[in-house]
Amino acid sequence: MCAEEIGFVEKYDLLGCIQCGRCTGGCPVALRTDLRVRCFMYDTQNEERLEELSERPEIWDCTTCYTCAARCPKGLEPLEVLIGLRSLQIEEGRVQPTVRDALESIFKDGNPWGSPRAKRLDWTAGLEVEALEPEAEEATDVLLFVCCTDAYDPRVMKVAQALVKVLNAAGVDFGIIGEEESCCGSEVRRLGEEGLFEMCDEENVELLNSFNVNRIVTVSPHCYNTLKKEYHGLKHPVLHYTELVAELLEEGKLQLSKEMAKVITYHDPCFLGKQNDIYDEPRYIITRIPGVEFREFDRCRERSLCCEGGGGKMWVESESKAERLAEIRVEDAKELGAEIIAVACPFCLLTLEDATKVKGVEEEMRVADILELLAEAL
Amino acid sequence: MNGKPKIGVYVCHCGTNIAGTVNVEEVVQFAQTLPDVVVARNYSYMCSDPGQALITDDIANMGLNRVVVASCSPRMHEPTFRKTLLSGGLNPYFLEMANIREQCSWVHDDPIAATEKAKRVVEAAVVKARRLEALDVKEVEVEPSCLIIGAGIAGIQAALDIADAGFKVYLVEKSPTVGGHMAQLDKTFPTLDCSACILTPKMVDVANHPNIELMTYSQVEEIGGYIGNFDIKVRKKSRFVDMDKCTGCGACAEECRMAGRIPNEFDEGIGMRGAIYLPFPQAVPAKYTIDKENCLFLSKGKCGESPKCKEACQAGAINFDLQDEVVEFKVGTIIVATGFDIFDARLKPEYGYGVYDNVLTALEFERMVNASGPTGGKVVMLERGKKKKKKEGEEAEAPRMPRSVTFIQCVGSRDKSVGNEYCSRVCCMYTAKLAHLVKDKVGHDCEVTIFYMDVRAFGKGFEEFYDRVRREGVKYIRGNPSEIYKKGDKLIVRAEDTLTATPLEHETDMVVLSVGLCPRSDNREIIDLLKLSQSSDLFYLEAHPKLRPVDTASDGIYLAGVCQGPKDIPDAVAQAKGAASAAMIPMASGKVKVEAQTSVVNEDTCRGCGFCVELCPFSAIELVEINRMGWPVKVARVNEALCKGCGACAAACLSGSIQQRSFKDLQLMPQIKALGVK
Ligand SMILES: Cc1cc2nc3c(=O)[nH]c(=O)nc-3n(C[C@H](O)[C@H](O)[C@H](O)COP(=O)(O)OP(=O)(O)OC[C@H]3O[C@@H](n4cnc5c(N)ncnc54)[C@H](O)[C@@H]3O)c2cc1C
Ligand code: SF4
Ligand code: SF4
Ligand code: SF4
Ligand code: SF4
Repeated sequence: MCAEEIGFVEKYDLLGCIQCGRCTGGCPVALRTDLRVRCFMYDTQNEERLEELSERPEIWDCTTCYTCAARCPKGLEPLEVLIGLRSLQIEEGRVQPTVRDALESIFKDGNPWGSPRAKRLDWTAGLEVEALEPEAEEATDVLLFVCCTDAYDPRVMKVAQALVKVLNAAGVDFGIIGEEESCCGSEVRRLGEEGLFEMCDEENVELLNSFNVNRIVTVSPHCYNTLKKEYHGLKHPVLHYTELVAELLEEGKLQLSKEMAKVITYHDPCFLGKQNDIYDEPRYIITRIPGVEFREFDRCRERSLCCEGGGGKMWVESESKAERLAEIRVEDAKELGAEIIAVACPFCLLTLEDATKVKGVEEEMRVADILELLAEAL
Repeated sequence: MNGKPKIGVYVCHCGTNIAGTVNVEEVVQFAQTLPDVVVARNYSYMCSDPGQALITDDIANMGLNRVVVASCSPRMHEPTFRKTLLSGGLNPYFLEMANIREQCSWVHDDPIAATEKAKRVVEAAVVKARRLEALDVKEVEVEPSCLIIGAGIAGIQAALDIADAGFKVYLVEKSPTVGGHMAQLDKTFPTLDCSACILTPKMVDVANHPNIELMTYSQVEEIGGYIGNFDIKVRKKSRFVDMDKCTGCGACAEECRMAGRIPNEFDEGIGMRGAIYLPFPQAVPAKYTIDKENCLFLSKGKCGESPKCKEACQAGAINFDLQDEVVEFKVGTIIVATGFDIFDARLKPEYGYGVYDNVLTALEFERMVNASGPTGGKVVMLERGKKKKKKEGEEAEAPRMPRSVTFIQCVGSRDKSVGNEYCSRVCCMYTAKLAHLVKDKVGHDCEVTIFYMDVRAFGKGFEEFYDRVRREGVKYIRGNPSEIYKKGDKLIVRAEDTLTATPLEHETDMVVLSVGLCPRSDNREIIDLLKLSQSSDLFYLEAHPKLRPVDTASDGIYLAGVCQGPKDIPDAVAQAKGAASAAMIPMASGKVKVEAQTSVVNEDTCRGCGFCVELCPFSAIELVEINRMGWPVKVARVNEALCKGCGACAAACLSGSIQQRSFKDLQLMPQIKALGVK
């Protein structure tokens, strides 16, 4: 359905907005770009201006971190207006080539990284992990839903590999989908490609429902959010891996024996924290690793600073020359005396690691997914 | 008078409200054809004097013994026409109203269909009127005394008014002192009166008034009965200090081993107290209280060699064997004045309250600017949770004053994300007041900023006060902040100046959260005791939002102050005076009429299942044992003084044994049938 059909005013409840400014006030990119999301809540009330507004480059600066919605006193979701404007551009076919390529690749090969489907299982080489049969007689406990980024990106791949090691060590009964696995569509929706997202929703729900499993565990918080909150008709409960691992530790099924005498801080991914209130499990896991000294960022939990990895930002370059948020994050971690920034999201991993390089601290400051740390501590 | 029915039908035009849609002439002609109808008329306004005279004249001249008025909903005018019947010499319960306005003319456009419907409704009313019975209007005596729950400014004011009028008042307060939140405030907007100066005399008055029995540190445990005759049970918690002996000298508190180690609730935790304490110097009664959770002797059985407080007390007032005391008494009326809680700022974690020492609630700030507060009225940077080490001869480092103070309005108000959609009505103004006090106490060069989304200066003198505060150099920025974090030793308030669309990182030393007023977290206790209803904002619900703002749905129970909804002191006092006057009406007249259309049990068929007992929202039904042909059996019995005639029991009784007067199956079923319902 195209956004124009019901009109922005109703679709986004624009008349509910009291222009209080909490959305822009909390928007992490407002300080480094021209994005003023509150103004869009007002300006888009004039349907005649929609086209002009959709041509504003700053609508692509939104990371869909959800801070604006979480803070809105009227229960509105300002970011959705920006996504609606992006949709108008997508419909006109006016998008950056990088975005177009990513979307096309999802349509053709089920992943945004321009890689063929046949390579989807390359990351499993040498690991004990099996693809499940659909409609199996006997139920498997866990179906791992592996994010495209974990499957194809050579750096992030290590996270998925670490997860397999951890699950095997804990004796979890699990399996993966195999080559049939496709992109969850989280970024597709946020880039404004509604039609393609509907396809992801339908096809993935059908595929996932065909497996006889107790629950689905995702590696990425983005897949988690989409499967859990945006899909229609999914039968199985969805967990993020931090929830499963916390459970394994609590039940004593996972033993960590190696010492890791490091100062670690944790960066809350927006899609796990702000959007799904998962704050305690990651911290619980990190503090279980023997020898770790855990230090909190000043801006943590509900006040965590977005790394700018979401909302399709992997494929859109911002025009802003101001310091990237991930770089601020790395500086804050340095000030904290942290040696490792732990994350639980593939995008955070990439943006923050990149920022350590830009800041020239990659030697002294490591960015690692919690799973990598766990695999080392086994 | 129960002979053959002679019915008069009166169809009202209600100006054009009814007659504009319904053909009233036609309805009258139709009514004249109905059996037992002696006369049918129409008139422009039946509720007017001439309209009512039509009825009384016909009763006198034609010997009517039943009256049907076809007009508006019974809510407003049923009492009017009941009186008409009474003055015409008829039992008032021989009246039946046919609602052809709200349920007909107002909701239909088609005059023909509407007229047909009006005929059906009138016919049904006639059918029922034929079966009406005379009911007795009962009166009960009213105990000339009032229970007031909560001794904040609202409870205090209501108590003084009622006591001055000569009635007995039982004033029950949960905390060790009267005064409520007003006692915590420094100055009050918009006049900047000193809160204590205007409140303390009233606090003393309630303690000394011959007609007021003040029970502090007490809780109402049980309430039974009904208007005029409530039975009350109050638990006076033990203070472990003999109230008659304690002189309020405070020697005990100085010596207490726990002194300075327990956050003082009255100071919102900024100041400290001991296990034996007086919440604040002007507390009433000026008697000390031992908090048994924190007292070493009472919680651990041992306080050093021997309790120091006891050694210190010259009056011998401390007695660890004192027990709670339960008192019972009767009252005629009840006023609920239990006030509010401030919004729990932790529910908005983005503001870092509880994380940063110098993010305060406005009430904490009130205590800080208060001359009798924990900092002696100085606005200083806080270091919370730090143990103050007092070494002999060592002067503690003087705490630093903030160079900038920032206020955030609407914290926990007008905010769906925390479930509070309402405006708290006082925070705009108290923020202006506190901003003024910062300028006053810290000095003019202290930078004061207020982040707001609207300034609601609606009361008398409010806008003028707002103007004054702005001119004092307080900076108002239009934008509601989104989060607070730290850079170095400064707090950063992230917001947008919405008037210029500029995102800000506003640096400041101290942030004050202008928290809203919320229903008390322990309101359930009172709701359960009194069966009060709540409005959607969870404050107590008044009987009518405009015309009965101090009454509740239960007769004899009234509301005063913030427990009914956010308000400032002048409004709380006005409402308290209103509640006092409402409570005095039945007490002054000494009698009240009780509902006549109560339920009645057929004890021959009642099976004693108790279903109705469970259902009755007014606890008016109980099971009693009777002798049925030599066998003891349980049956339901209705306390007519308690029954409000809601009909819940009658609708639910499986054997049809409990019936509501005027709505018995024999009356209602034919009426429903006449409406064409099968
Ligand atoms: C920070 C702040 C500043 C303010 N400044 C101003 C100002 O400058 N000017 C102004 O006009 N207004 C001001 N107000 C509003 C003012 O505080 C209220 O209008 C006023 O206190 C309402 O009084 P109350 O008696 O209704 O409630 P409360 O003051 O809350 O009193 C209720 C009393 O009932 C007692 N109680 C509660 N439950 C029970 C129970 N179950 N049994 C027995 N006792 C019970 C409580 O202990 C309390 O003593 C301010 C409010 C705040 C939060
Ligand atoms: S936070 Fe909500 S109400 Fe406030 S300006 Fe933004 S969208 Fe409007
Ligand atoms: S989702 Fe995040 S980045 Fe996008 S407008 Fe809202 S606060 Fe800004
Ligand atoms: S017994 Fe000890 S702790 Fe308790 S009030 Fe007396 S001095 Fe304080
Ligand atoms: S009184 Fe003012 S600060 Fe308080 S909730 Fe209403 S608008 Fe907000």
